[in-house]
Amino acid sequence: MNEIYVARSNAVAARELGGEMMIMSATDSTLFSLNETATVIWQAADGKTSLSEIVELRICHEYSVDPEVAYRDAEDLVEELARLGILLLSDQPVRDAQPEVMQ
Amino acid sequence: MSELNQRALLRGVPLSVHLDVTYRCNERCEHCYLDHDGDGEMDTAEIKTLLDQLAASGVFFLTISGGEPLIRPDCFEIIEHARKLRFNVKFKTNAVLIREKQAKRLRELNVEQVQISVYSHRAEVHDGISKVPGSLKRTIAGIRLLKSHGLKVTIANVLMKGNLEDAEGVRLLAAEVGAHYTLDPTITPMMNGDTSLLRLRISSESLRTVFQNAHLVGNVDDFCAPPPPVDEDALEGYPCSAGHTACYVSPRGEVYPCVQFPISCGNVREQEFSDIWQHSPQLLEVRSIRGKDLSTCSSCNHLGTCTRCPGLAYMEGNMRGPSTADCEKSFVRTGIVSAGMLARDHSSAPPGLIQIRPFAA
Repeated sequence: MNEIYVARSNAVAARELGGEMMIMSATDSTLFSLNETATVIWQAADGKTSLSEIVELRICHEYSVDPEVAYRDAEDLVEELARLGILLLSDQPVRDAQPEVMQ
Repeated sequence: MSELNQRALLRGVPLSVHLDVTYRCNERCEHCYLDHDGDGEMDTAEIKTLLDQLAASGVFFLTISGGEPLIRPDCFEIIEHARKLRFNVKFKTNAVLIREKQAKRLRELNVEQVQISVYSHRAEVHDGISKVPGSLKRTIAGIRLLKSHGLKVTIANVLMKGNLEDAEGVRLLAAEVGAHYTLDPTITPMMNGDTSLLRLRISSESLRTVFQNAHLVGNVDDFCAPPPPVDEDALEGYPCSAGHTACYVSPRGEVYPCVQFPISCGNVREQEFSDIWQHSPQLLEVRSIRGKDLSTCSSCNHLGTCTRCPGLAYMEGNMRGPSTADCEKSFVRTGIVSAGMLARDHSSAPPGLIQIRPFAA
């Protein structure tokens, strides 16, 4: 399995509201709402931690879900978020990823 | 977006904050409601701390304005900090100080939108209002630079007696440079209570012409339709987002429900923002008011559709009372007299404007 590294895009605005992450793209002003588990992945997307580690440590550990199913779902999610310009995907750690300052 | 507002309302979250980082300005617009005194401005560290507190309180939409914010040497440091905190940043400027470097930086920081006031497409009119010769030329050059870097620009046209004939010219200018266009005929008293600016307001007849212009209001029949019967939603609803999901912070750290609602609710130099937002007696009072509680407007046909501004009502002496300017707008729009107008006809007492009040702990 090739590792995927995910980093939050600097081009979006984001804020957690009632356990869900509200994200607005600066390019087209579209507003997205991430559910609780998608929010966990967004918050963990530091560009340095691989998606498999995020799923193992932040999803499977917290939600007692089958690891393979969880990873497949997470992979679909990050690909969709990358397509929307919310996340950046790489096959190696992303050096200049912006740290999560405050949520 | 309304779902987002509703969510924020239910959770008591201040979704939007308007922050003036300075009252100093390089223009002297004749309708401006602010003084231009830089005394007591928050410094860089104070503003960064405030931004940290706003993010922690859940603020998502941040408008950075002034005065002219680019007058502050630390303006980009402030915007950069705001973007690190992932605010959706709207930036208000007159664009006179926008050069290649500033336009590029605003784009790099992913500022959502830049709003710029343009009063006329004719230099003699715009510069006459801004009191700065050459300002229109520099403002338009700034707008073109911002657009060339891919930024979303809104041209805001404040309509007053001096530029009444130029709304169409500004609209066409906005279309030519690729900017969004908004028009606002609202002239407000100064924040210190001085009402002399109201002389600049356009007449009812001129307002009627504006409201009949489909370019400006969209579908004229819908816009000018008589109000529907007042229902439970209108009686139980609240007038606007001021103090509910939005507020204003001045360059000196004073918190108000809105930039047009000069009742001080506390100062972030003395209290955490969240403490002010959650516990200020003034904000709690503003939040407690529903349509049914309005002294005159609760019996008005326009209650559900009026643009009644509680801040303007407050400046007329009663935050639960009518706002004269909005009564006029509702009347001019629909031809139906408002309850506030009828009440004024029966009263000889002129509305007394009160001044900005210091916060009493």
